[in-house]
Amino acid sequence: MTSAVADQIVFYTLAALIVGMSLMVILARNAVRSALYLISALIGFAALYVRLKAEFIAGVQILVYVGGIMVLFLFVIMLVSVRRMEHQAKWSHQWKVALVAALVLAAELAYPIVKGRSLFAVKQTPEAVLTKTQNIQTVGEVLYSTYLLPFEIASVLLLVAIIGAVVLAKKRI
Amino acid sequence: MNAWQILINYAVIPLVKIAVIVGILSGGIAYLTLLERKVIARLQQRLGPMRVGWHGILQPIADGLKFIIKEDVIPLKADKFVFTIAPAISLIPAFVVFAVIPFGPPDSLWGTGGYVTDINIGLLFVVAVSSVGVLGIILGGWASNSKYPLLGALRSTAQMVSYEVAMGFAIIGVLLVANSLSLVDIVQKQKTMGLWFFFVQPVSFLVYYACGMAETNRLPFDLPEAETELVGGFHTEYSGFRFSLYFIAEYANMITVSSLAVTLFFGGWLRPFPNVAALAFLDLIPPPLWFTIKVLTFLYVFIWVRGTLPRFRFDQLMNIGWKVFLPVAMANVIVTSAVLLSFL
Repeated sequence: MTSAVADQIVFYTLAALIVGMSLMVILARNAVRSALYLISALIGFAALYVRLKAEFIAGVQILVYVGGIMVLFLFVIMLVSVRRMEHQAKWSHQWKVALVAALVLAAELAYPIVKGRSLFAVKQTPEAVLTKTQNIQTVGEVLYSTYLLPFEIASVLLLVAIIGAVVLAKKRI
Repeated sequence: MNAWQILINYAVIPLVKIAVIVGILSGGIAYLTLLERKVIARLQQRLGPMRVGWHGILQPIADGLKFIIKEDVIPLKADKFVFTIAPAISLIPAFVVFAVIPFGPPDSLWGTGGYVTDINIGLLFVVAVSSVGVLGIILGGWASNSKYPLLGALRSTAQMVSYEVAMGFAIIGVLLVANSLSLVDIVQKQKTMGLWFFFVQPVSFLVYYACGMAETNRLPFDLPEAETELVGGFHTEYSGFRFSLYFIAEYANMITVSSLAVTLFFGGWLRPFPNVAALAFLDLIPPPLWFTIKVLTFLYVFIWVRGTLPRFRFDQLMNIGWKVFLPVAMANVIVTSAVLLSFL
């Protein structure tokens, strides 16, 4: 009982942190600050994955998003003049349109979540599978058996993206 | 288990271990700087620090005091908030990594295990957390709002991101043999096999150690702080205590790379030939001491290499990372898995 309560406390603290940080990402004037808030939000997600006993996903989240993608983000932001952005107006005059669009999007997102709760109930993995040392093996096995096709499609997509980036960036191959 | 036991097992014991490890690390880093200056001095036929204490033995303490007392200068046009936290972002991951590195067997320290914690993603944790350290360097270089730090930060990011890839592939070789990501399991496996993984995965070790030198920005890969071209690299504008945080982070990373090399390839806390009964007298030296001896050997190699090899050019550095280390590490993964599948 107490552990369930503690679990809830951890979840809502992390969720509040992630929502707050995500808001700061779009509210901060300075793009580098935005990136810092985004990093905090991503670390919060990693903590959520740990709570879900998906340690492997949590580790990969930090490695790929915080250590890889965010570094590249900062790389690009550093080359742009951030100082000029700080003097621009924070609110544009289109905020009413944006509000309506955001509400429509929220409704759209809420519908499948509410509906899907019963339709696509995820099969609970038994506790025994999630214990020590089994975690990564389980992820690997599932990726190469049940979800083989989606996994391969994703990897081909990434390969195409990499080759495309090289072709676009290099003038002469 | 009652509440007190939970409190002791999950709060008191880990906190005590963390305090001990952080203390030993900080002291170790201080004296690592002295070791480095002494060894480099010997390699260059000098004496090194001699004035403070016997043969300069108190030099690190004097240096530490100097760093604390010195004025903390923040450039006028710097982004103050980012400038202030960047050294901490660099330092914290460097220390956090030691949470999963095992210094002794699981039954040591009255059954609590010679490590802070043993998690099933240990190795991934180390790689992930140490990849966060780059952010401190890139943010520090940007926040200084000055051209040399920015150039240094750009170089450093490019270097660390590219060498991380080759390093990851080098580690996969060990993973395949050990069948686990837990660092404790990896060492135990070396005991049951009776063989250090260095003898199974020599290519993987060489790539790992070379990439480790690049990751820690050490010579011959210290392009991010190449004094002759960049003044001081990303930390040019830093002074006093904030500079010392970067300095400590660099040395902590050296210790991390050495510790990981020892854990993955040289049997961690195990004595040489762990299964040969004739060498049982080697057990007189306790496991954590074996670990320390091995780590010190690797730290010495770090310093030795610094005193011996000249610096690479930046394009050479990128070429060797992407066109030599990465393909070699990938080939090693393919060959290892092929051998494991067909013969074992």
